[in-house]
Amino acid sequence: MRADPLLAVEHLTMRFGGLVAVHDLSFTAGRGEITALIGPNGAGKTTVFNCITGFYRATAGRLALAHGAAPWGDLDALTRRGDRSARTADGALFLLERMPDYLVAQHAKVARTFQNIRLFAGMTVLENLLVAQHNPLMAASGYTLLGVLGLANYAAAERAAIDKARHWLDVIGLTARADDPAGELPYGAQRRLEIARAMCTDPVLLCLDEPAAGLNPRESAELNSLIIAIRGEHATSVLLIEHDMSVVMEISDHVIVLDYGVKIADGTPDAIRNDAKVVAAYLGVADEEVAAAEAEVGL
Amino acid sequence: MDAPSARIDIGHAAKDAGLTALLTFFLLLPLIGFKTVQNIHNELALDTRFPLLFVFVALAAGGRFVYALTVLPWRERRARRTRAPREDAARVRARIERLLAPGAIGFVIVYPMIVLGLAGFGGAVKWVDNFGIQILIYVMLGFGLNIVVGLAGLLDLGYVAFYAVGAYAYALLAKTFGLSFFMLLPLAGCLAAFWGILLGFPVLRLRGDYLAIVTLAFGEIIRLVLINWVDLTNGYAGITGIPRPTFFGIPFNADDDGFAAIFGLEFSPIYRTIFLYYVILALALLTAFVTVRLRRLPIGRAWEALREDEIACRSLGINTTNTKLTAFAMGAMFGGFAGSFFAARQGFISPESFTFLESATILAIVVLGGMGSQVGVAIAAIAMIGGTEILRELDVLKDVFGPDFDPTQYRMLLFGFAMVAIMVWRPRGLIATRAPSLFLKERKSIAGSLVKEGHG
Repeated sequence: MRADPLLAVEHLTMRFGGLVAVHDLSFTAGRGEITALIGPNGAGKTTVFNCITGFYRATAGRLALAHGAAPWGDLDALTRRGDRSARTADGALFLLERMPDYLVAQHAKVARTFQNIRLFAGMTVLENLLVAQHNPLMAASGYTLLGVLGLANYAAAERAAIDKARHWLDVIGLTARADDPAGELPYGAQRRLEIARAMCTDPVLLCLDEPAAGLNPRESAELNSLIIAIRGEHATSVLLIEHDMSVVMEISDHVIVLDYGVKIADGTPDAIRNDAKVVAAYLGVADEEVAAAEAEVGL
Repeated sequence: MDAPSARIDIGHAAKDAGLTALLTFFLLLPLIGFKTVQNIHNELALDTRFPLLFVFVALAAGGRFVYALTVLPWRERRARRTRAPREDAARVRARIERLLAPGAIGFVIVYPMIVLGLAGFGGAVKWVDNFGIQILIYVMLGFGLNIVVGLAGLLDLGYVAFYAVGAYAYALLAKTFGLSFFMLLPLAGCLAAFWGILLGFPVLRLRGDYLAIVTLAFGEIIRLVLINWVDLTNGYAGITGIPRPTFFGIPFNADDDGFAAIFGLEFSPIYRTIFLYYVILALALLTAFVTVRLRRLPIGRAWEALREDEIACRSLGINTTNTKLTAFAMGAMFGGFAGSFFAARQGFISPESFTFLESATILAIVVLGGMGSQVGVAIAAIAMIGGTEILRELDVLKDVFGPDFDPTQYRMLLFGFAMVAIMVWRPRGLIATRAPSLFLKERKSIAGSLVKEGHG
């Protein structure tokens, strides 16, 4: 386990019928770190994301997420109790595998982006960022009832939400296009907007599913600095799936390598770069080495 | 146009016309070419009408020939022209659209006065009732369904069920407990909203076609219950003698304590009609106001986001279950309001009034209007309901087609033509753009092609 874990994945297994997409995967993501999840196509990376964010219900395993000074000591007691979360005065512990997707986002504060961008294409850039602030705005509008009557102090809350959206528009450089529909933005801008939208939910953990896919080298470098800024300025840890090694090796603090749903390596980018199993999984090996490598991996 | 291209055009047009003639011939051969008659032995015999058939074929071919020579080149020329001036046109249209709503509201407020002035006390009832009230009921139903279909993107084919719930709720409660219209109106709305939520629960996981089928079934279930639960609803015979709304306690009758007597007016049925007109106008405006308001609140944006991408909504912490249920409940509530008004206005209701055709009409209004657009829905309601009412007035056509000609019989045909025409001309409805709910610097309307229709 990392020194200050934010997310602890323990023995995560996900089966679809007879197919084992993820098998007995354990890793931790440290607080304030950028953790990369890499592996060849079909290795089960997105499945892990979907389990963490509640879109899939894990077949087996425990996914614990900490807020603040989390009572990690209570983890086993919490698991036995059957509750979803344990809160103390200065922290909380969530069992993500017990929570539906929207509560993972709302309470556990895990935000995500998607491999194939999922923006609200027919809504403006600004509206996209306001939808992300749905829950606080709902509360401010008195769950709509007071808002319709104009009683709640909704206008102030909406102004604050717009200010937050503006902040993120400045960060991603889209302020000038705030009133354009999101579907009209160029591809790279859509990727950035999706990250900004996720950040508008004030997450503690941001899960990015291939954020650099389809970006040119310049955009990819911009993305690196955006992710580092998110980690540095917003106390948000990042978990990222990526194929672009220039992104992975440059910004991540910790890399986990999956192949066929099994973890084959776990360490710093430098250690991963020189790991024989990783090289074998990515580049392939001479036939005589396959058996040896597979035996080592445990296939 | 120079000579060679003109010759090519004529050749092309002739070929086009020939093809049309062939198609028309085979299409109309069984329809017009043959006719079944009874001969003198009272047997069924086949008669031929080939001359008439050829008249039709010639008409179609000639029409196509002229069309290919005149309209098609014109359209081609227009398409080739640069698209630059369209921007200006769009801006002008946006300005017209912005002025349309206040202008229309002003007009509908003074409409009864105008009609009174033009048609007098006797003639005005028809114009206020058949055109004013009837259209406004559908405007309101359209606004209500617009929340479910247009904003949240949930295809609901059983909307009439909530209209029926509202109508029967008012009818039964008013007859049994003698409660007044304005007390029962919110109650009927709440009951309809309750049924909306009840429908919402089982269909939460369904999308698209499957959702449509289940909502359709729900509409039919409600209608069949109304037919078969005779003890409560009196079945097919319906409920008669439903108390009519009063002017805040003052009845609209010829008595000494009636509306006319108290206000020192001569008794006329028009007062009740005008009162009802303003009631439904107020209800429709309330619906529009609440919908506009809701669109700018987080719930409205969540509905639209749900229509755009449900999975993204969930990743942002939006409880899509509650969001869908509130959409169903809000839509149903307005349907319930309209239903109780309908019962109060008619004084008689039966399951006949709540068939699938009503659901289809309301959905057609929403789709024709442009999903999500209030102005579009209002225009579509006027065109569809007003249009069918106008057909009743077209006695002139009897002079043309003979005394047996009843224009109202062609209602569905015209309706179908209008639908096809609109869908070809404006596939996203009359108002095909979406207005953003808020903006930073400039309000730009969003092209309909970007906005999703929703999928469940």
